[in-house]
Amino acid sequence: MKLKSLVAGLLANALVAGSAAAASVSILNVSYDPTRELYQEYNSAFARYWKGKTGDDVSIKQSHGGSGKQARAVIDGLEADVVTLALAYDIDAIAQESRNKLLVPDWQKRLPHNSSPYTSTIVFLVKKGNPKGIKDWDDLIKPGVEVITPNPKTSGGARWNYLAAWGYALKKYGSEAKALEYVKTLLQHVPVLDPGARGSTNTFVQRGIGDVLLAWENEAFLSINELGPDKFEIVVPSVSILAEPPVTVVNGVTEKRGTTKVATAYLEYLYSAEGQKIAAKNYYRPIKPELADAKDVARFPKVNLFDIGFLGGWQAAQKKHFSDGGTFDQVYGRK
Amino acid sequence: MAAARTFRVLPGFNLTLGYTLGYMSLLILIPLAAVFLKTTELTWGEFIDVVTAPQVVATYKLSFGASLLAAAINAVFGLMLAWALVRYSFPGKKIVDALVDLPFALPTAVAGIALTALYAKNGWLGQYLEPIGIKVAFTPLGVLVALVFIGLPFVVRTVQPILEDLDTELEEAATCLGAQRWQTFRHVILPILLPALMTGFALAFARAVGEYGSVIFIAGNLPYVSEITPLMIITKLEQYDYRGATAIASVMLLFSFTLLLIINGLQAWTAKRTGRDR
Repeated sequence: MKLKSLVAGLLANALVAGSAAAASVSILNVSYDPTRELYQEYNSAFARYWKGKTGDDVSIKQSHGGSGKQARAVIDGLEADVVTLALAYDIDAIAQESRNKLLVPDWQKRLPHNSSPYTSTIVFLVKKGNPKGIKDWDDLIKPGVEVITPNPKTSGGARWNYLAAWGYALKKYGSEAKALEYVKTLLQHVPVLDPGARGSTNTFVQRGIGDVLLAWENEAFLSINELGPDKFEIVVPSVSILAEPPVTVVNGVTEKRGTTKVATAYLEYLYSAEGQKIAAKNYYRPIKPELADAKDVARFPKVNLFDIGFLGGWQAAQKKHFSDGGTFDQVYGRK
Repeated sequence: MAAARTFRVLPGFNLTLGYTLGYMSLLILIPLAAVFLKTTELTWGEFIDVVTAPQVVATYKLSFGASLLAAAINAVFGLMLAWALVRYSFPGKKIVDALVDLPFALPTAVAGIALTALYAKNGWLGQYLEPIGIKVAFTPLGVLVALVFIGLPFVVRTVQPILEDLDTELEEAATCLGAQRWQTFRHVILPILLPALMTGFALAFARAVGEYGSVIFIAGNLPYVSEITPLMIITKLEQYDYRGATAIASVMLLFSFTLLLIINGLQAWTAKRTGRDR
């Protein structure tokens, strides 16, 4: 008897849910930590645009967390219509690992600019007035300078930091042995390796530990915004890495849910004038700066940037530096 | 027929047994079996390579060493705390009693951040400790501090009810029979408390081995120095190395299970020796 009423209840639920889906559509965007503000603003902009274009209501749910953790959640069955993560390696993992064919292997070719509608780079956050006189990567390994960066084994953001340092040394000294020497010295200046980028920001900003925080440019801007420009300032090094956080539609999910069209439009609209404006406003470098507000774009200083291709792409870089026995392990292993 | 059955206060023995087994399987056995099953995807050689990598071995030493030490510290000071709470009355006793449970309730990340703020070199305590050469935050000592913090309630809460049941008359009798204070404690009180104390120790230890949230903030997580085993598991996961992660997890499980079994065995043995097994 109870079972019957339970089944009836479940059926009623399903009916309600079904009819709701017909009237409006909802998609889930699984993203990483520091995009929260960006997508909050973008989601309402896109909902307006979509309503005007098709008459349908779209509601976008957000999920934020460490990039790798988010990718694992999707692999393990979190039904993300789109993923917007910190590095291509994490989305590659979704394409490779899952048995349910969530993604095509060449997903990154589907949208312009390696599927990255906005980019960022790695900069230094220092205390106001720059008491230790930090100007470039070489200043980080001066005696008495403490550097805060998360553990590249557990944090996607930290991998960009590490590769930025590696790329700088490789460009400057011209050999991998020298680059290894540089990052080894650099890591000796790191007193604590937090597992995630947010943890490192806390260590530096709240705890006041260390002299320099290696951070994404957009995170550095956010920290200054939150804590006031009288406490910290950004130092832009001579050379840094072009961080491309990619976005993609998870076909395996959208085809099942019938949301492919709206999910694709959701990502494509990031490349529109409005999408680019919102990205620039939220401290991401727009891929088409001419579409964004000039005053927002003016905040980004010119940096000599190299991209991940310089280091052989994500798969190669991951294997060489962060897999077990990679350069990061070598740096700590040689006692 | 029905009358021939042994009488039980609560009906439905079969039902409750089935429920217990089902519940245990669902919540404990099946997830743990999944860990071991995933591990078997590795060959034996690969498994050994993963779990005996020098960096991983360094974390076993820290995790199990610090956990045992933290549980031991908690056993001593938790006993003292429980004693004070049961035997003496002082203003604010109720509040202190409630405070003991706080490490249970506090999100572990909050505990970790609070401890780090306290012991970092510019923190309230750290600024005095660092100049005299005691570094707590971002060292193995910090790991120990966090583990002591989260383990304290286990000892206090297991020992407290036994102490409350313990008649002061026993001690008076011992004194009347000419026992010194130490003798009373050693031969009268301690044997009674020992099984509960060991349960508390085992619980505090088990909790400490698995602790991640609070430790991670204060540990510093430097390879070979202050990395705990759970962090190694997270590290493997971040590299999408599920099998490596479960391999380390199963080693931890086996270690912990063995240690807990030994502690439980000891507890049964002491209970028998003191004639208090029921």
